[in-house]
Amino acid sequence: MEATSKTTAYLRPDGRKGIRNALVVVYLVECAHHVAREIAYPYRERGVQVIGFSGCYPNDYSQKLLQRLCTHANVGGALLVSLGCEGFDRDRLAEFIRASGRPQKTLVIQEAGGTPASIAEGRRWIDDALDEMARVPRVSMGFDELVVGTICGGSDAASGISANPAVGHCFDRLVERGATCIFEETGELIGCEQDMARRAARDELRQPLLDSVAKAARYYQTLGHGSFAPGNAEGGLTTQEEKSLGAYCKSGSSPISGIIKPGDVPTAGGLYLLDVVPDGEVRYGFPNINDSAEIAELIACGSHLILFTTGRGSVVGSAISPVIKICSNPETFARMEEDMDINAGRILSGQATIESVGDEIIARLGEVANGAPSKSEGLGHQEFVMTYKSFEPLGPSCFPA
Amino acid sequence: MESSDAHLQLIRLRPEDNVGILPKGVEPGETLLVENEPVSFPEALPLGHKIALRPISAREKIIKYGMPIGSTTRAIQSGEHVHLHNMQSDYINPQTRLSGDGSH
Repeated sequence: MEATSKTTAYLRPDGRKGIRNALVVVYLVECAHHVAREIAYPYRERGVQVIGFSGCYPNDYSQKLLQRLCTHANVGGALLVSLGCEGFDRDRLAEFIRASGRPQKTLVIQEAGGTPASIAEGRRWIDDALDEMARVPRVSMGFDELVVGTICGGSDAASGISANPAVGHCFDRLVERGATCIFEETGELIGCEQDMARRAARDELRQPLLDSVAKAARYYQTLGHGSFAPGNAEGGLTTQEEKSLGAYCKSGSSPISGIIKPGDVPTAGGLYLLDVVPDGEVRYGFPNINDSAEIAELIACGSHLILFTTGRGSVVGSAISPVIKICSNPETFARMEEDMDINAGRILSGQATIESVGDEIIARLGEVANGAPSKSEGLGHQEFVMTYKSFEPLGPSCFPA
Repeated sequence: MESSDAHLQLIRLRPEDNVGILPKGVEPGETLLVENEPVSFPEALPLGHKIALRPISAREKIIKYGMPIGSTTRAIQSGEHVHLHNMQSDYINPQTRLSGDGSH
């Protein structure tokens, strides 16, 4: 069964397929952000989007993530915008993108002659690059070629009983069809590790799953940042494990095929846990400073689409991959309908079931994969956030053989 | 399945769950259907709170999402509100959360 029609998906030289054909303008330090934004602005309705990294100091994580993002299946070309003196290894990134067969240019503001000259030069290149990108072959795409990530943000008492279980049902149906599904945020899975270990597709994956949650618990303890707040109890949640299960049920009930870290792209379908908590001693602060940073990591792992559940009403979208909003609360949906794709709150009034809303999410996912803008995408949301992190490579038991 | 405008049907996430969830806030005296039996509720409660679907013994597991979310601290009647006053975490005391060695 195909996820898209015959002429929808974009075939990339590496054989992967995208559902969008974005051109990313990438600032390599905050000092280049304004120039990047000005270059992209006239093309904002034509798939030209701004992403980047603010820090001046080089970092393996940011290098890896930008490599993955600039060669993401939804991306057709990349313009790198460097101030000139920052620490980011722009040549290595440029070479990685060129090797993927995509149009690429590096613009160094200090060499181009400052802001106006850089903006003009960048826009000239984009005109040509968009023409080249319009010739990318169009093909159909199967569910087994689709990568879908999920995240929750602005959760409320309804999230764990309507939107999150509905996404879990959707994930189960997608995994049955061979898709790759990714869930994340080990810090919100404290209390679920034994059940995750039980769901491990292979015996050797059990201990790494337990270890990933123990790492998150240690990390949050060092930060002095707990997860169970008084507001949770007012919303009817009694224990940490109950709160965690509310988020965990987005993962559905499929076996867990592997653990990945930001920038690792699964090579086979199945359900994967994205371990977003840095390895080693606590450095650089919070594992994720906001939802957009988590979405960027899900996309760096190949996600074509993001299923975002919200109760209180998040409005964010993302650069590169469309974000589909599943609203858990009928009152929030009524108030913010133009931001929400799916009204999972109908489960609460008995007008819909977890299964029927899960099937609605799959139908919406099909529409968006075929080119219809998601609500946040249509409203122009293209948030992008990336911070400093450090990771060690995955152990051999984390990936399917 | 019985359905009536006068009765509110609880959400049961999994068949094996022993608690159901309020799909909306309730006022004192409002009637809930608990396993198709009307139960009059004595106190106001907001959306998302848990209600026992059957009698639950002291120190029995509370099951939601088909998984244990803690244990009762005393016996609970069918239709009774289940929260901090009659159940607790099996996993971690909220005050000492994350203070263990991860081997719970």
